[in-house]
Amino acid sequence: MSDHSAVLDAHQDEHVAHQFANAKQQYESSNLGMWLFLMTEVMFFGGMFGAYVIYRTWYPEAFKIASTATNVPLGAMNTVVLIVSSLTMALAVQSAQLGKKKMLVWMIILTMFFGAWFLGVKAIEYSEKWHHHHVPGANFIWEGDGGREVQILYCLYFAMTGMHAVHMVVGLGIMTWLLLTAIKGHYTPKYYNPVEICGLYWHFVDIVWIFLFPMLYLI
Amino acid sequence: MSAYVETPDAASKVNYLTNGWTWQSWLLTGDHKRIAMLYLISITVFFALGGAFAAAIRLELMTPRGDLMEAETYNKVFTMHGVIMIFFFLIPSVPATLGNFLIPLMVGAKDLAFPKINLLSWYLYIIGGILGLYVAVSGGVDTGWTFYTPYSSTYSNSAVIATAMGAFVAGFSSILTGLNFIVTIHKMRAPGLTWGRLPLFVWAHYATSLIQLLGTPVVAITLVLMMLERGFRIGFFDPALGGDPVLFQHLFWFYSHPAVYIMILPGMGVISEIVTCYSKKSVFGYEFIAGSSLAIAILGFFVWGHHMFVAGQSTYAGMVFSLITFAVAVPSAVKVFNWAATMYKGSISWDTPMLYAMGFMGLFTIGGVTGVMLATMALDLHMHDTYFVVAHFHYVMVGGMVMAFMGGLHFWWSKMTGRSYPEMAGRVSAFLVFIGFNLTFFPQFIVGYLGMPRRYHAYPDEFQVYHVMSTAGAGVLGIGYLLPAIYFTYSLFAGKRVTDPNPVNAKGLEWTVPTPPPTENFIVPPVVTEEVYAYAEQEEKSLV
Amino acid sequence: MQHNTMPFFPDSASTIAPEIDGLMIAELLFSVFFSVLIFAIVVYFALKYKRKSEDDRPVHIHGSLVLEIAWSLIPFIMILGFFVVGTRVFFRAYTVEAANTMEIFVTGKQWMWKIQHPEGPREINEMHLPVNRQVKFTMIAEDVIHSYFIPAFRLKKDVIPGRYTSFVVTPTKVGKYHLFCAEYCGTQHSGMVGSVYVMEESDYEKWVAGGDESMTARGEALFGQYGCSTCHLPNGKGRGPSLIGVYNSMQKLQTGGSVKADESYLRESILNPRAKVVEGFQAVMPTFQGQISEEGLLQVIAYIKSLEKEEGQ
Repeated sequence: MSDHSAVLDAHQDEHVAHQFANAKQQYESSNLGMWLFLMTEVMFFGGMFGAYVIYRTWYPEAFKIASTATNVPLGAMNTVVLIVSSLTMALAVQSAQLGKKKMLVWMIILTMFFGAWFLGVKAIEYSEKWHHHHVPGANFIWEGDGGREVQILYCLYFAMTGMHAVHMVVGLGIMTWLLLTAIKGHYTPKYYNPVEICGLYWHFVDIVWIFLFPMLYLI
Repeated sequence: MSAYVETPDAASKVNYLTNGWTWQSWLLTGDHKRIAMLYLISITVFFALGGAFAAAIRLELMTPRGDLMEAETYNKVFTMHGVIMIFFFLIPSVPATLGNFLIPLMVGAKDLAFPKINLLSWYLYIIGGILGLYVAVSGGVDTGWTFYTPYSSTYSNSAVIATAMGAFVAGFSSILTGLNFIVTIHKMRAPGLTWGRLPLFVWAHYATSLIQLLGTPVVAITLVLMMLERGFRIGFFDPALGGDPVLFQHLFWFYSHPAVYIMILPGMGVISEIVTCYSKKSVFGYEFIAGSSLAIAILGFFVWGHHMFVAGQSTYAGMVFSLITFAVAVPSAVKVFNWAATMYKGSISWDTPMLYAMGFMGLFTIGGVTGVMLATMALDLHMHDTYFVVAHFHYVMVGGMVMAFMGGLHFWWSKMTGRSYPEMAGRVSAFLVFIGFNLTFFPQFIVGYLGMPRRYHAYPDEFQVYHVMSTAGAGVLGIGYLLPAIYFTYSLFAGKRVTDPNPVNAKGLEWTVPTPPPTENFIVPPVVTEEVYAYAEQEEKSLV
Repeated sequence: MQHNTMPFFPDSASTIAPEIDGLMIAELLFSVFFSVLIFAIVVYFALKYKRKSEDDRPVHIHGSLVLEIAWSLIPFIMILGFFVVGTRVFFRAYTVEAANTMEIFVTGKQWMWKIQHPEGPREINEMHLPVNRQVKFTMIAEDVIHSYFIPAFRLKKDVIPGRYTSFVVTPTKVGKYHLFCAEYCGTQHSGMVGSVYVMEESDYEKWVAGGDESMTARGEALFGQYGCSTCHLPNGKGRGPSLIGVYNSMQKLQTGGSVKADESYLRESILNPRAKVVEGFQAVMPTFQGQISEEGLLQVIAYIKSLEKEEGQ
């Protein structure tokens, strides 16, 4: 960051909003703003993680049994897909920094592609759960051991992956906007802050999944 | 600097109020001062509405039998009172109006860091508010503002989801306001305005914003889980599945207890400004008042369990929560003592804002010491969920926050509107509010200790005398609030014009800009060279 | 109950009530002291240092570390005392002290209290207790959260669906007292009230004798009616474990680990038998969730609890 700040300090450009004194102030403010927003997101998911930890401690057996019925191969594939999308996102930020417009556009498209892929797989998993009667409330039937608490894991499964999927959809919306502005050539090595900030959000959503996958599928 | 004014002389002609007269110039504005005014109008509407529900509660409780309304109606009325007052009045009250207006001015910035997000937060508030109003007119909700499961998720037959959705959306408005404040305070301070020179109002809002950022998302997800359970029978808290309804309470209070500090810290910031200005003194113990705001914000996150001493929480957990709750009393007491010490050997004027501030100190102290009583586990066995609790939190919320809000509104009214209010009427209303408030809520301490439970629509005869006093007091309190509503509205159109940038001889950057301020606040970007609350230096200058 | 038009203190009718009142008075004095102190200082300063002319000059003082420490520490040390005493009294509300402690079982539902005495009598919104004898309440809700509140005893405890909560109290004064639901529970929340009658021991004995079948007897009947007795044979050779002497014993589980067979475990095992299966048995028992009422459960548990005494095994 510090090696760019000299450039940012140099002179104002048309991208500095009226309330800021200079580009450096704007750059630092928007980055801090995004980090604070991600902090609220941590607390948002934290509520569900808290509930998960408590129920897991109370009903370890039921949770262990319940998680055997999740589709580990699909979950693992989605994990890989998201990690790759994080990579393409990082490359997008780098392209913007270096001013490679074409590369930037393609990297955004690839990131969106992987994001959509993830959601597609998630949809397959959900419909599979429906067919196996593993949707709590609606049609839950559990044949095996574990007792009624098995259903609690599935409540958490749908709430947590559902909230994550909502964040993915929002992310795709943001990426669409980023794509359109990138095609118009808004971003230059002097002004690529929005790409960086969207990147932060995208990485955060990926990291949430990195936690969800082992919690809901593996252990 | 600004596109609108070239010379200081022209500043008095175009200010933020006169800069554009169309609807769009208000509803699509990015100007923090206009957004503050939008908020001020909207929260006034909600305060009036919440007050009307309060009046209905007091009328019903005048007699021990439920003869004014059905039990079901009464339950909806107290729920709407709580929901509206907490989510749509108290939480946004000082931060979204005075905070929005003053923080950029106090730190020497042209606006908040993200004006569009600021506007978005107002729209989110309005959407949440409209959902709340929709519920109010379409049949109401009867869960209490706390939405305890399984009543809210399974048994209630009222519009729970719409109400929770309203609170959820309004929560995001609060998060965005907090985010804007923190970024602005961190990154947009004028040159020379170090952390040690920040007005205490800004420190209080900094602490508040931290709570908004860290606490609000938790209640948001908790309400989502409750709505999923109600809407789709995905039973997180359902005992039939082995779920625990008390877990909901833990998640809910993890936010909602810190939220209590969202509802008082900004008020404390207002009091710090008023007391120094009207004592014409530098504040006593600046670092301690600023630090205690942060201490309250941090400790506030570890006391939620004191709402569950009798809810089947482990008694050892209860002990820890009780101890930390006692600890919160210390920074709160530190503030009160420092304000009192600030008045020592001051030069005190008895203007309306100072009267409100003095009322605040007394009433907040009562609210605080009764909080110490409730934090004692043994006393909570008896007083939990009685009118003692009701009286306690009204002393903090109404005796504290609303008094501070009124004081602040009077203090900065001329700066905000360029008009002055009638001083005598202001003093009368401050007096009426103080008397009416005490008459309303003091008897509730007694009836609470006698055992009158909360949220009761009919009650045993022997409690009646206290309820009658309370209702009478509510009448006085109502007049005390109606009076400012009338003279403020009057002053907007016919009040004496104020053009002096600093009519009250106060310190702080907000008093260096024209009254009312121009759209981008400062004609010349300010540079701060003196310490905070430099009232001593002000005298020296005036003597020269 | 005397009908005082302007009561100031509630009736005091349990051993813990005077303790709570004493603590209350101590904290009240503390509170009054600090409130009056602040009011007095503020009013005194406001009068004494009132601005008289434009030339008034305040004395500038920026702070004092000694004062800050003093007014942080002194109140804190005082309230630490309240913490210690308050916590000790609180624990006493959960400690069974007497050997002849009697038990009462409370079921809360929208919008009534159902009370069962082990000896048989069942009451709704009324509760009879003998004076000077410790009582342990075991409570559960059928629907939403309620809270069992007797102001004259200075005690309350939330009554929660799905789990037992309890508290202990010794009434000390004969009389009729209020019983309230203190946790908002829906439309008729304020109608979920009743009376507590504290009676002389001899009167209570007479009153109890007027009741019908004991809880144990009812439980035994239910034990047969639901077919429990076909598997839980007393000789331990049935498809389920013998229940003789099972109450409050440690049970080894199929999955490893062990659990104390208290009321909560017995209740869970009836409603959700597959959750914690005892070692050496199969998870073949059907669930009784939705088939047996909370009152019935308490009766069956009372029967299971009685099995150790009678068989002497």
